[in-house]
Amino acid sequence: MTRNKEILNSLITLTVREVRRFLRIWVQTLVPPAVTMSLYFVIFGSLIGPRIGEMNGLNYIQFMIPGLVMLSVITSSYANVVSSFFGVKFQRSIEELMISPMPNIVILTGFIIGGVARGVIVGIIVFLVSLFFYPDFTIVDPLLTISVLILTAILFSLMGFLNAIYADTFDDISVVPTFVLTPLIYLGGVFYSITILPEFWQKVSLANPMLYVVNTFRQGMLGVSDISVSFSLIMQIFFIILFGAFALRLLKKGTGIRQ
Amino acid sequence: MTDLALKISSLEKKYASGVKALDGIDLEVKKGDFFALLGPNGAGKSSTIGIISSLVTKTSGSVKIFDIDIDDNFNEAKRKLGVVAQEINFSPFEKVEDIVITQAGFYGISASQAKPKTETTLKRLGLWEKRSEQARNLSGGLKRRLMIAKALIHDPELLILDEPTAGVDIELRRGMWDFISEINNQGTTIILTTHYLEEAEQLCKNIAIIDKGKIVENTSMKELLSKLDVQSFILDLNQPQSNLPSLAGYTMTLSDPSTLIVAIEKDKSINEFFGELSKIGISVKSMRNESNRLEELFMEIVKSND
Repeated sequence: MTRNKEILNSLITLTVREVRRFLRIWVQTLVPPAVTMSLYFVIFGSLIGPRIGEMNGLNYIQFMIPGLVMLSVITSSYANVVSSFFGVKFQRSIEELMISPMPNIVILTGFIIGGVARGVIVGIIVFLVSLFFYPDFTIVDPLLTISVLILTAILFSLMGFLNAIYADTFDDISVVPTFVLTPLIYLGGVFYSITILPEFWQKVSLANPMLYVVNTFRQGMLGVSDISVSFSLIMQIFFIILFGAFALRLLKKGTGIRQ
Repeated sequence: MTDLALKISSLEKKYASGVKALDGIDLEVKKGDFFALLGPNGAGKSSTIGIISSLVTKTSGSVKIFDIDIDDNFNEAKRKLGVVAQEINFSPFEKVEDIVITQAGFYGISASQAKPKTETTLKRLGLWEKRSEQARNLSGGLKRRLMIAKALIHDPELLILDEPTAGVDIELRRGMWDFISEINNQGTTIILTTHYLEEAEQLCKNIAIIDKGKIVENTSMKELLSKLDVQSFILDLNQPQSNLPSLAGYTMTLSDPSTLIVAIEKDKSINEFFGELSKIGISVKSMRNESNRLEELFMEIVKSND
């Protein structure tokens, strides 16, 4: 067996294990986003939405759909990797990976694919749920939509991985999602266009990375955005490379996993 | 080509806390050996094994596994190595068979290739009937066996067993000894750490004792046991004795009227002692060692290093 074939087998094994993990606990991983987003669609879309009127020339529920899909993708991909990698550290099954001849890049890729798979599946589920509330939704630019979906899932899976590497306790894996990610996502244009904000807060919002992710996805799904799509895509790719390289460096050093 | 499975030179480990766990140890384990690495708690055994298996980073020194320096090509060295860790380290929520097949996958073996070997190994270790159960439902002993199955799935040439029988009942322990001996007889080099010194005495050909981060004894088991000056035996007597019998040159005590404990020096034969006993009209029903011989030596060596 060639070395490349062995590496591919290792990657398939880790990926299958990661996907099997979140599918085994689907009630915890796949159902909650569908339930929560259904409530958002009912309350903000069907009940309050008609009173709000249009946002960027679109029905409010239509405007909200890309934001809510993105919110689900970001939280699911992040949560998958941070809980899975911290879990293997906590249960010591990280040792299974460390004593094996798997290169670090394969370990990182396996966990990231797991996070991307959960993020994309949850994104699709939430989109299908949204069709119950807005059946006429059509995706304007499928290629851009899919690209942003996958890039976002990769980016936040990597962030989850970095969080898990540094985490020592269960508190450490909940601090960032609760106190950093969630506020940034909610203030990142999921429910509104920044054009409705006073000029000062519009400028402040431009420092929120979630704004770029949500708006680029909205550009793909609806053809409207508050920011430059090409700049957003370049920044996403830049941060994926940066975080990926950093994660590999930490794995090589053994930070958080090796004494 | 060397005939060594493991060569450790001037290995040092200092943890961030400032604790020096290894103070320049040198160790060689020959191919095919069944080697015991013993030492009291905190002596440096786990640090040594951790460095060999990449769970701990060394401060300085070198480790070669089948002549492959871990600094040059650790991944290649890892292929030859199987480790049964001291702590259970598999996911409790996965099925027994999946855990073993997944471990094979980490070594580049596809699931279809791993299945026949998994079946053979699980059957040999008495786990086949439990293959579809989640690992958390296994008893402590079966979990230990699963650790061994996992470590063997890629046919390692060097198997390190770190306290493999800790907390395992005697019947299961003996079954595991047979299995491990069989693997050794098939050519796999084995390094064993254990707190059951009887286990090391029965299984291992060579031994190193580590204490306070230094190797304080490194020899063959036979050589080490021959250093024992006195052995104590417990004799069950056919007739109860009301007084302690007296025999010149032997130290004896009666623990109860039917049980005599005697210390026999290395240069005296047991036959000679039985002859003397017979002369004073005492006959023996059965006899056993008072304590494990290796245990006595171990305590002596560790004490002298204090």
